[in-house]
Amino acid sequence: MGIIKAFKLGFDYLKYDEDGNVEATQRAVNDVNLDIEAGDFVAVLGHNGSGKSTLAKQMNALLIPSEGTMWVDDMDTAKEPELWKIRQRAGMVFQNPDNQIIGTVVEEDVGFGPENMGVPTDEIWKRVDDSLKKTGMTAYRYQSPNKLSGGQKQRVAIAGVVAMRPSCIVLDEPTAMLDPNGRKEVLEAVSELNKKENVTVILITHYMEEVIHANKVYVMDGGNVVMQGTPREIFSQVETLKKYRLDVPQVTLLAHELHKAGVDIPEGILTKEELVGALCR
Amino acid sequence: MIRDITIGQYYPADSLIHKLDPRTKLVGTIGFIVSVFLFHTFVGYAVATIFLAGMILLSKVPVKFIFKGLKTIFMLLLITIFFNMILTPGEVVWKLGFIKVTNEGLVLAGTMAIRLVYLVIGSSIMTLTTTPNQLTDGLECLLRPLNKLHVPVHDIAMMMSIALRFIPILLEETDKIMKAQIARGADFENGNLIQKAKNMVPLLVPLFISAFRRANDLAMAMEARCYHGGDNRTQMKPLTYKMRDHVAYVVMIAYLAVAIGFRAAGI
Amino acid sequence: MSIELKNVTYTYSQGTAYESHALKDINLVIPDGQFIGVIGHTGSGKSTLIQHFNALIQPTSGQIFYNGENVWAENYNRRALRSEVGLVFQYPEHQLFENTVLADVCFGPMNQGLSKEQAEKEAKKALAHVGVKEENFTKSPFELSGGQKKRVAIAGVLAMNPKILILDEPTAGLDPQGRDDILDQIAALHKMRGITIILVSHSMEDIAKYVERLIVMNHGEMVFDDTPKNVFSHYKELEGMGLAAPQITYIMHALSENGLNVDTTATTVEEARDTILEALKKQKPSLLKKGGNAE
Repeated sequence: MGIIKAFKLGFDYLKYDEDGNVEATQRAVNDVNLDIEAGDFVAVLGHNGSGKSTLAKQMNALLIPSEGTMWVDDMDTAKEPELWKIRQRAGMVFQNPDNQIIGTVVEEDVGFGPENMGVPTDEIWKRVDDSLKKTGMTAYRYQSPNKLSGGQKQRVAIAGVVAMRPSCIVLDEPTAMLDPNGRKEVLEAVSELNKKENVTVILITHYMEEVIHANKVYVMDGGNVVMQGTPREIFSQVETLKKYRLDVPQVTLLAHELHKAGVDIPEGILTKEELVGALCR
Repeated sequence: MIRDITIGQYYPADSLIHKLDPRTKLVGTIGFIVSVFLFHTFVGYAVATIFLAGMILLSKVPVKFIFKGLKTIFMLLLITIFFNMILTPGEVVWKLGFIKVTNEGLVLAGTMAIRLVYLVIGSSIMTLTTTPNQLTDGLECLLRPLNKLHVPVHDIAMMMSIALRFIPILLEETDKIMKAQIARGADFENGNLIQKAKNMVPLLVPLFISAFRRANDLAMAMEARCYHGGDNRTQMKPLTYKMRDHVAYVVMIAYLAVAIGFRAAGI
Repeated sequence: MSIELKNVTYTYSQGTAYESHALKDINLVIPDGQFIGVIGHTGSGKSTLIQHFNALIQPTSGQIFYNGENVWAENYNRRALRSEVGLVFQYPEHQLFENTVLADVCFGPMNQGLSKEQAEKEAKKALAHVGVKEENFTKSPFELSGGQKKRVAIAGVLAMNPKILILDEPTAGLDPQGRDDILDQIAALHKMRGITIILVSHSMEDIAKYVERLIVMNHGEMVFDDTPKNVFSHYKELEGMGLAAPQITYIMHALSENGLNVDTTATTVEEARDTILEALKKQKPSLLKKGGNAE
């Protein structure tokens, strides 16, 4: 069984009236089934409001499913009395870099998670040193997070999660507020963790360029998983993606346009090299 | 203007004062404030000044940076001086209509001004050399006995630490919101008091909404990192007194003894 | 009708240890009706630059002229200038504050001294121009989606009838469809109202698709001021500044290096497709299937 598994998962946001009675429900996630293997790099794509963030928050027991079941490392998030066990296994990085850093000095922030878990002091220091190194932030350890760039702040947030020694990291649109350089920085840090430390990565995003290296891509729309497959399988369906308010990397789009214009070229080209290979054989 | 507020800002440097235990600095700051109120003569203030100057030098924080913090209390300072000057009865030295400035008033105004300024500088040195986290750790530790009275010391300390971290962020945000509204023709400077208050609405509404959103996000981020209050929590930087702290306490006690001695001797 | 910057320099925290040049000796003329892009990495001075255009920031030295008048002259009406040169900041959350969308958009025109009726008229026009539906006028701006909020924020500035509209990263945080919608709307505004657009963006693809003139900022200096095609031909230099050319530029260069005779200045998908088809026809007709056409 995978490290994160969902069965017929559903989630409703409830709207209460003034007396505290449920006035309306809004379905944010509907009938989602997932099975994510340890060590995978999984991307979840979807436009704003497609339910992808709601799904992510259930992987960390920040939200408990209204329907169906979510297992993290074989623990049922709805039944586990010690929620922080789940939260330690599935660490989470959020969108806004300013709103998730608690410490006023980088290293203190990285130590926040282990402190909460009751890790002994010596061990906290080891973990902080180690996580800062893995995210390339050692040089900034004594700085105030306010002085860092967006990409660096997100790397601090990632280091803070790594220090909890999770088996998987869920990143909820970690690059949405960053500039292209910051985005690259964060993605490199994440794929490094995935490759070298074998940490399972679940990346929620709407930037198509970021999912090319994923093992598996899920596309969400209206709370449902509407497409799943390898990046190549997903990106070969340009028109379907457009229907879901998404696009494809420009190289894929160009190949698609050429294909439409009658050029003998396969769909789902993901990189510049592939395109050159297809056209200059 | 907004950038000038230094209270609650940490100035990173490698100095003896920075390395002191936050408890030492907290107790020391309280001791210093007490001394400022104990001294009441020129000689006494000279001693306080020398002590303060020594601390500033030891802290390696640029003097300019420390004085910047005074800008924010400038108005308060003026008001204090003004009212002390005109409301203290005594020997009249200058008179305009019903406003009388007395000799005693001038002395009192001067004393109050010195006390206020030293109080701010003294506490700025503490906040500039102590990260808010250390500060709250220190407070939490010193106030721990109150736990027995069911005061949620840990929670209060955590709230303080978060407030301190978000002050610069919210100030910057205020700046941005002001600019966005000025670009839409908002006027934050002209008009009478009521108009001015009304003109603040376009600034305050976005600021509050943003603050609440941040609070919400942060609470979620803290939960996601296993925060569940102070129970079973360990510390990355547990507080331990070192040799330098013992020395600092001795210096502090000696200084306070001088202050008390001066007071008793009427100097 | 133009903005002109003469030797504009801006220094942060002058005279302190934190002193840093945000802008260095900028000379620039923005005539009427252009669609201009501004790019530069974070901290390159581009935000500082655009805030000089509507006198939100006073230059440390140098002059700024609007229609030939020095905007920092003693009696110059800078509030009036700000309704001529509209600036929309990155986060709509920084400006939305009223109970309803319509009331919020009225804020600018009311500040200009219009009556409530006139202001509402302008507001409705502006909202229509950015594609906000009438059923949303009475909603709270905080209930709207990110893309809709952004539109309302733009309408809030547009309702003041500016001659020049500056947009600071209007697509940040939007999903691909939302991004395209907003940019198309802005391009339509440019055509419909004939106003000058200055677009700050991180996306080279968006810049390549929309703008006619591109200003590149680096370390407070203006390093390029040219057509996007000419600027992107310096893609190696752009990389040195932490920027990049659009993906298409790289693809075209790679194809060209591998012997396909394509126009390497193509920057959009459409241009690339056309020049590749052209080249294939001449060099590799075997790759073109029967029945395919170049459209």
